[in-house]
Amino acid sequence: MNTAVLRSEFRLFRREPGAVFWVFLFPTLLLVILGSIPSFRHADESLGGLRPVDAYVPIAVLIALIMSGVQTLPQALTGYRERGILRRMRLTPVRPSALLSAQMAVQGTVALGSALLALAVGRLAFDVRLPRQPAGYLLALLLAVAAALALGSVVSALSRTTKIASAIGSAVFFPMMFCAGVWIPVRAMPHALARVVQLTPFGAAARALDQAAAGHWLGWGHLGVLAAWAVLLTVGAARWFRWE
Amino acid sequence: MYRRGARWNSRNMSVIEVSGLRKSYGGRAVVDGVSFTVEEGEIFGILGPNGAGKTTTVECVQGLRVPDAGRVRVAGLDPFTDHEATSRVLGAQLQQSELQAKLTVREALELYAAFYPDPADWRPLAERLGLTDRLGTGFGKLSGGQKQRLFIALALIGNPRVVVLDELTTGLDPRARRDTWELIEDIRAQGVTVLLVSHSMEEAQRLCDRIAVIDQGRVAALDTPAGLIRRSTGSTVISFTPSAPLDEGDLAALPALASVAHKDGRITLSGTDETVNAVLTLLARHRITAHQLRVTDATLDDAFLDLTEAAV
Repeated sequence: MNTAVLRSEFRLFRREPGAVFWVFLFPTLLLVILGSIPSFRHADESLGGLRPVDAYVPIAVLIALIMSGVQTLPQALTGYRERGILRRMRLTPVRPSALLSAQMAVQGTVALGSALLALAVGRLAFDVRLPRQPAGYLLALLLAVAAALALGSVVSALSRTTKIASAIGSAVFFPMMFCAGVWIPVRAMPHALARVVQLTPFGAAARALDQAAAGHWLGWGHLGVLAAWAVLLTVGAARWFRWE
Repeated sequence: MYRRGARWNSRNMSVIEVSGLRKSYGGRAVVDGVSFTVEEGEIFGILGPNGAGKTTTVECVQGLRVPDAGRVRVAGLDPFTDHEATSRVLGAQLQQSELQAKLTVREALELYAAFYPDPADWRPLAERLGLTDRLGTGFGKLSGGQKQRLFIALALIGNPRVVVLDELTTGLDPRARRDTWELIEDIRAQGVTVLLVSHSMEEAQRLCDRIAVIDQGRVAALDTPAGLIRRSTGSTVISFTPSAPLDEGDLAALPALASVAHKDGRITLSGTDETVNAVLTLLARHRITAHQLRVTDATLDDAFLDLTEAAV
């Protein structure tokens, strides 16, 4: 990792108001809007006695990861390739992979920051308990970030142009949002549906975060699914990514 | 690698050596046995029609492509296997590349300077390239000429021994072209060897010490600009409007004649100095006056067309 490239990429990210809004602010904003609805602050049987606003904190966290993984990251990576920025970089002593890894580090860091913001606002504004199993929560979160970045790299690898990247990104975006539980929290889904959703990266991540938030040490099943996705997608990205 | 470099130093002063270079795409030979050497401190041109294999040749020199066969050395280094070491001695501007739209000129210069162990100070470089009042401007808001100048600055920022400039002045206005040419002469005056890829004859004639004309993946000719013009078949062009018709047979018998053309009563001949003398003698003998007589040297343009057509 080249620190000059990393600093430069971080500065450039801050200059993109769209990316800053959707990755960093939108998930928490959604949490605030939902939390302002009175019925979201009453305990719900289908959520095992939790209030919907409690259930939506991990969902907001996952929205941040999905936004950066399938929306902003593939756009950035594909644009760097399409516009010859990687090619120019190949003529310097620094490898173009430095640019890709810096971009991933920035996206991952901002997504994690967005997750922390959602947790903090949930705690301060809506009295949502912080995860009772912080180590497990962090582990699940890091694996989910890895899976999200790998998914974004695969989207970029399969897209020759930024237009294609944005089309594939949108096609992947809604199913991922559904699996993360944006419309119905995974734990409130019908049993058969939940079983399928838990096999997707963000379905598994949603369950793992729920468990850690409730104070259970994580089930290996969900973590295993998440880790398998992260590895699989990384291998796919490495195999399919073209520098030009 | 080090020993090979040392041997190279003691042997000669070639900065770039290309021999027997071949590269095919999908079974079609794009570069088919190209060889040339570029000496230290020279401006060496690679000229050729579109699709002749110029860019592929240069990409092999830059280490962006692996040759199928042949040998490429830059300062004694293999640009593909020794990419990092090569990139420290070779700076380049690419025909098509961009930077991040919101990266400012200053940030780009600072960032690229940080890539090199012993970079040039970017301030005088920016000054020399007329970028000083654009330091805070994002790449996306620069004009074509300014982008081009920034890429030249980035090619020079690592203090390279050799720079590769690919189609540098394409798309620039005449004024900016002339400024850029002065800049290239300036770069060479500082001791940097220049490999210039171009399809502008005017540019090559003005700047290059030697030129390799590449056509259909081969070196069609390698010489100084004057040498290329001299060796082309019609290096001198004579044109005039005769006061009375001339005998075709007399014209065809002129020595060293390359071509004859008639248009609107005007005759255009190409040949050598010998042809000029013979035409003048012929006209005097028949007491024919040559109106609007013009004798011009062929340009590199003519030589180029001649060379690349001959290869077809």
